[in-house]
Amino acid sequence: MKELIGELTEAFGPSGSEDAVRELIRERISGHVDEVRVDPLGNLIAFKKGRAKRGVQGRKIMLAAHMDEIGVIISHVDEKGFLRFAPVGGVRPLHLLGSRVLFSDGMIGVIGREKPEKRTEFPSIDKMFIDVGAPDKEHLTKEVGDVAVFVRPFVDLGQRLTAKAFDDRIGCAVLVQTVLDLKRTPHDVYFVFTVQEEVGLRGALTSAFGVEPDVAVAVDVTGTGDTPEAHPMAVSLGAGPAIKVKDRGMLTHPGVKNWMANTAERLGLPYQFEVLEWGTTDAMAIQTSRAGVAAGVLSIPCRYIHSPSEMVDYNDVQNAVKLLVGLLRGPVDI
Amino acid sequence: MLKELSEAFGVSGHEDAVRQLILDTIKDLVDEYRVDALGNLIASKKGRGRARRKVMVAAHMDEVGLMIMHVEKEGSLRFRPVGGIDPRVLLAKKVLVGDDKVPGVVGVKPIHLLEPKGREQVVQVKDMSIDIGASSKEEAEKLVKIGDYAAFGVSFSELGGELRTVKGKAFDDRAGCAVLVGLLRESYRFDFYAVFTVQEEVGLRGARVAAHAIAPDIAFALEGTICDDMPKKRDISPTTTLGAGPAITIMDRSVIADRRLVELLVNTAEKKGIPYQFKQPGLGGTDAGAIHLSREGVPAAVVAVPSRNIHSPVCLLSLNDLDNTLCLMRETLARVHKLDLSR
Repeated sequence: MKELIGELTEAFGPSGSEDAVRELIRERISGHVDEVRVDPLGNLIAFKKGRAKRGVQGRKIMLAAHMDEIGVIISHVDEKGFLRFAPVGGVRPLHLLGSRVLFSDGMIGVIGREKPEKRTEFPSIDKMFIDVGAPDKEHLTKEVGDVAVFVRPFVDLGQRLTAKAFDDRIGCAVLVQTVLDLKRTPHDVYFVFTVQEEVGLRGALTSAFGVEPDVAVAVDVTGTGDTPEAHPMAVSLGAGPAIKVKDRGMLTHPGVKNWMANTAERLGLPYQFEVLEWGTTDAMAIQTSRAGVAAGVLSIPCRYIHSPSEMVDYNDVQNAVKLLVGLLRGPVDI
Repeated sequence: MLKELSEAFGVSGHEDAVRQLILDTIKDLVDEYRVDALGNLIASKKGRGRARRKVMVAAHMDEVGLMIMHVEKEGSLRFRPVGGIDPRVLLAKKVLVGDDKVPGVVGVKPIHLLEPKGREQVVQVKDMSIDIGASSKEEAEKLVKIGDYAAFGVSFSELGGELRTVKGKAFDDRAGCAVLVGLLRESYRFDFYAVFTVQEEVGLRGARVAAHAIAPDIAFALEGTICDDMPKKRDISPTTTLGAGPAITIMDRSVIADRRLVELLVNTAEKKGIPYQFKQPGLGGTDAGAIHLSREGVPAAVVAVPSRNIHSPVCLLSLNDLDNTLCLMRETLARVHKLDLSR
């Protein structure tokens, strides 16, 4: 699965330009599901038909992981060929200084800054620029509206993995692996790889309307409290996938939470409960779609979210797949 | 048409006069029209040919303005803004209050009375009041009720010049309305839904419900957009530039425009020799933000007429930009039925 994770994290896919990620996923899952379609906003929706099982009531289940990652968009090209930019999603200036960014055509740019007023001053994004090494404006092939993402190769540290865009390619990898491992399910399952989560859960909103599920689980990353002097949070890397109780945007349906926890207990899989004080996921948009959906989130604990080097634990990833497969094979008891 | 549209009153939630004006102009140009529950005017023209797409083009009728909250015992009117207004543009401005258009002026403390510190402070809206010449609460209440709207009292006129600059209020988005009325004079290869929306300035509300009802395959929002092309000390770009052609949105706060539609707009402009510019990414929001998230999602784009001083009493735009926006939209719509949307 590490090869899949590496490939997905290194793919180019800022919000609104998820095409490369979508093609990669489509290739990996084709032949393993009954139907694949792309909806008007670009969400990839893979459908696996349920096969009736005695004593189990089939439900319509939507699993969602977002394909997009945070990035930058060119807002101005100056006379010397430097590029000003705006964030796409929650990009922190802190993580930009000294970083390199990658455009869809493979061009690399480095981030520079204007002279600070004071040496200790930390620049805002409008005081930074991208330098793609063009000697002047005439030799520049980039224009306003072009988008770029962090450059950072995937590295296997053994137990732990680091890469850009684990948020949420790790969720995509978990869903792809679940598709491959799930031979049979009594439920109609929609694996939805969403677009534009980082700019406002937009793909989840429209795909949930289209799928109209009974139950939904988003798979996304969550923060941890296990690094030096971290903000207190009872989630640690390696302690199992996290079952969300609440975040800034939603309260998990208690039935869905218990369904996940009970299944983990039954399968002997480690898990932890998560209360996130900031942020939210696709599940927020799905929960209030149409007449409402019983929704929850299975989170992969992740350090340094939205930085170019995010970190996850490989066991958490594998256990998330096992838990999802277990959830989909049995009855949905909510 | 722009003059009439600009001078019509239509603060968010009370777009009736604008709607009536548009309706009178378009009713003979369309196959059907209706006004929905929120007040959107939805006009449609059946397309030629088979297997037709539904294309929705939206422009909002509402403008930013004021609402009367309280009448003081001395007869002055306290108010709150409706939509996004910089309090600095309000002082000493002429406004018209209520359906009877009672003239009033937003009061301002004379400079003589300002402490040096006061000159550097922004007066908050809660400390402002409208003077309608009434000397008591009773007198004022004969003319005005709590909840009445007030709009800027500004007439349309031409400044001229090479850019054919005009000034008036509410170019955001009466400019878009004017373009949309113009588009209704053509015939199309798809089912065309021209939607004049309500309540954009308070949260894209009309567009949301109209898009749900229409369920379009493709959507465009037409706007009057931010133009801040004053001389700058640093080499940074203006949001848009007056006279440089229609502004195409790539990304704003509410939408990432569908890349295929952006490409179609750009290719059309280049093929037909129509000037265009990209709106600086990351700023503002439009009806497309609500429309593209409707139902299962709608590929959407935004084309806008640059307008200086938007959301203030006096906006400026170039009639060249207005004409070129109509031209770009007309040519783009002539090709949109062929656009391959599969992926």
